[in-house]
Amino acid sequence: MFSRTRIELKSEEQLRHMAAAGAILNEALEATLAAAAPGVSTGALNDVFAEIITARGAKPNFLNYHGFPGYICASVNEEVVHGIPGERVLAPGDVLKIDGGCIIEGWHSDSARTRILGSSQEGTADPEDERLSAVTEAAMWRGIAAFATAKTTGEIGEAIEDYVSAQPGKKLGILEDYVGHGIGSQMHMPPDVFNYSTGTKGTKIRAGMALAIEPMLTRGGIETKVLDDDWTVVTSDGSRASQWEHSVARHEEGIWVLTAADGGAAALGPLGVTPVPLPAA
Amino acid sequence: MALRRSVGIGGLGGRERYVEHMGKKEGVIEVEGRVSEALPNAMFRVRLENEHVVLATISGKMRQHYIRILPEDRVVVEMSPYDLNRGRIVYRYK
Repeated sequence: MFSRTRIELKSEEQLRHMAAAGAILNEALEATLAAAAPGVSTGALNDVFAEIITARGAKPNFLNYHGFPGYICASVNEEVVHGIPGERVLAPGDVLKIDGGCIIEGWHSDSARTRILGSSQEGTADPEDERLSAVTEAAMWRGIAAFATAKTTGEIGEAIEDYVSAQPGKKLGILEDYVGHGIGSQMHMPPDVFNYSTGTKGTKIRAGMALAIEPMLTRGGIETKVLDDDWTVVTSDGSRASQWEHSVARHEEGIWVLTAADGGAAALGPLGVTPVPLPAA
Repeated sequence: MALRRSVGIGGLGGRERYVEHMGKKEGVIEVEGRVSEALPNAMFRVRLENEHVVLATISGKMRQHYIRILPEDRVVVEMSPYDLNRGRIVYRYK
């Protein structure tokens, strides 16, 4: 009755479908971020994203997920995740998080990126915001690199926390209320992927597993609350937050980042991990 | 999309974990209560949240796992809508 949580192990063919969904998602997310600029509404970004995944024949997985009304989550500044795209118009210096996903042949992809609308060199953005996003992204890659060699999912969170806490400068908070997750025939599946060390080993990692690894960092405290729209998660102290996420598969030969154009090669190389493409059909 | 963490470090715990694994049964009412009296034959009198008092037995699975029930324990009782005087204890809080 209290058996171990069942982890879905994907066949190579199923992982190829997930990679196909990931490639479309990567294209749509990059186009959405390219369209993001001061003066543009988050609703318009939702339309850009929706158009691309629909044109590529992918289905949305965020839309109507427990009633979520958008194709993407667009979260700005102190909004950490699950912001509903709509009328909000972006301003210079905003910290924008776009989180999206899509489905091919029933197999899901899920990825998120942070973009600062401006640059501290030009005086249009806060350098601390840029540091926040850079550290969050680097922490995500540490977590992904750990997935390549880890025996259990607990090591992923340890790698993320170790990296973040070793950063010089003002301390960044790692959100604990929201976590990464297994992904496959559904968007959210076991196991939970913590972005911090829980003191437990977590789930044993095996070939065929796919995880969404997504650290969420804040410049202040880690307390969050959900706004009246029932979705938007904001930091309680109003500090700005960043989120980066990739869906990553572990197969017999190694790992492959399903939602990155190069499988993560460029970012993982310096960490001593070489992603291995999925075997061809 | 980020997943809302379930209560407790390391995933689900207690009652949430029970529901996660077993799923919700259809057609039964689940009510929380407190055991007021232990009766012979593994029967218990349970005072429910709504102040009703029901006669409850232990579910087979709890028996298999030797989960002991004592007076004053907080428990979850499953009830059939057809007989509101009887119930089955399906979970004991720690």
